[in-house]
Amino acid sequence: MKPAITVSGLKRAYGKNAILKGVDFQVESGTIFALLGSNGAGKTTTINILTTLIEADAGSATVAGFDVSKSSDKVRQHISLTGQFAAVDDMLSARENLELIGDLRHVKNPAQTAKELLSKFDLTDAADRLASTFSGGMRRRLDIAMSLIGGPQVIFLDEPTTGLDPEARKSMWQTIKMLAQGGTTIFLTTQYLDEADELADIIALLHEGKIVAQGTATELKKLVPGGVIKFTFSTVAQLENAAIILRKDFVVTKADNTTLTVAADGNVKQITELFIRLRDSKLEPASFSQQVPTLDDVFFKLTGKKEEKK
Amino acid sequence: MHTIKDTWTMTRRSLKHILRSPDTIITVIITPIALLLMFVYVLGGALESQAGSGKYVDFITPGIIIFSIVSGIAYAAFRINTDIQKGIINRFRTMPVAPSSILSGQATSSTLSNLFSSVLVLAAAFAAGFRTSAGLEEWLLFAALLVLFTLATTWMAVFFGLQAKSPEGAGSFSYILMLLIFLSPSFVPTSSMTPVLRGFADNQPFTPIIETMRSLLTNGTAGNKVGLAFAWCAAILVVMYALSIWQYKRK
Repeated sequence: MKPAITVSGLKRAYGKNAILKGVDFQVESGTIFALLGSNGAGKTTTINILTTLIEADAGSATVAGFDVSKSSDKVRQHISLTGQFAAVDDMLSARENLELIGDLRHVKNPAQTAKELLSKFDLTDAADRLASTFSGGMRRRLDIAMSLIGGPQVIFLDEPTTGLDPEARKSMWQTIKMLAQGGTTIFLTTQYLDEADELADIIALLHEGKIVAQGTATELKKLVPGGVIKFTFSTVAQLENAAIILRKDFVVTKADNTTLTVAADGNVKQITELFIRLRDSKLEPASFSQQVPTLDDVFFKLTGKKEEKK
Repeated sequence: MHTIKDTWTMTRRSLKHILRSPDTIITVIITPIALLLMFVYVLGGALESQAGSGKYVDFITPGIIIFSIVSGIAYAAFRINTDIQKGIINRFRTMPVAPSSILSGQATSSTLSNLFSSVLVLAAAFAAGFRTSAGLEEWLLFAALLVLFTLATTWMAVFFGLQAKSPEGAGSFSYILMLLIFLSPSFVPTSSMTPVLRGFADNQPFTPIIETMRSLLTNGTAGNKVGLAFAWCAAILVVMYALSIWQYKRK
């Protein structure tokens, strides 16, 4: 299957201020791709180039098989954009908003399409109220519903959950997963690591105009060392014994009088081995916990953000 | 082509906006009528002697109609700019819809609503004693000039709406147009102005337009500036249309 999006050597500057300094990535059809980065990293600029809103200074990009600058009309037939701020028409009702897009996308029956989407997005009760009276979550739902009209192959979501309360955020995640299950390619930008972790098949980390890392969440987490297993013991004697036994093959540190920290990347074989050693020595930990590196750790390591914060 | 259907879709959207905003209706209808009544009944007594032999209401009606259009088109600029600020324009720009359809929707609705308020101003003028010797031919020519003028200034509004940094600032160009109305023979003849102002007033685009409209309605003839009036309107229309499409694609 052809990739849904290809980007190579993309550059863009505003005046003397270089925003994108040569960005490369590829998004496979039917996957969720997250472009992760802090404010000002160039996420929106990337999305604006891919959705034909602005032109790149250098490099090339294709979406749904078409060049974004040479065949922008073709690209527009296969995409939809949901921007950072819900782009709904406040002076129209939810139904009218949907019918408007249905008319412009030339769907067969805009009224029917609108009705189905209203029910799918739980907006039927509010269908004939002006969008200006909607809550943030409702506006987002309407916004996404409008983006689905005409069945775009690639959906671009620019920070889809920024400004939403936790509940609305969860429901947006559900919606995004549902879309991806239907075979739509999703390109989303986010500054939330947990969001990328939860949703994306592939995450690309954009920092100061360049992709500094790219891969699945698991792959990215391997970029930072530091997975640990913590055991607590009820007596100091048990802890000392355990330390002696495990030290033969593992890096062990005593965190305090009851806690032992063992460096381990978290694979099952390794953890099993640890427990077998302890059991063979008749040592029974009171509790056990595992700490794996989070995307935060990856993010901080690769962008050096932690240093700045100090 | 889908262009015509899309333009109609966008026009309907924009007409809904107009009908749902009472302040637009008030400004576009009440203000020019109030202005007409004020000029006729408050200032009219003092200005009538300046305006030649005819009735003052006959003299100023074309100017008031132009004034109502200029105040009405400012809302088109406001609406376009609001669409930009809210990101709705970006939604349209990433859809396979022609730029001309998106912008023409605003232009068409604005033209329709302004022609509607022109009719109301004319009705108010008749009630205030306005009488005309225009026949069918003159009325048709008057209507043609009015439509062309409205289209030209509406596209000007579209351009400034695309250009402006905020919806509030989008309509400010219309104050300059209002100034041009006062610096034309709309309310007093240019012969009563100081020489410098008069030189400007005699040569600016509003003057042939106002004089042609007045000549059509009061004298029942097109007058000698009719060609110039249509030429100015057509030139403004072409330039502003081209600039608007260019600006829309560039944004």
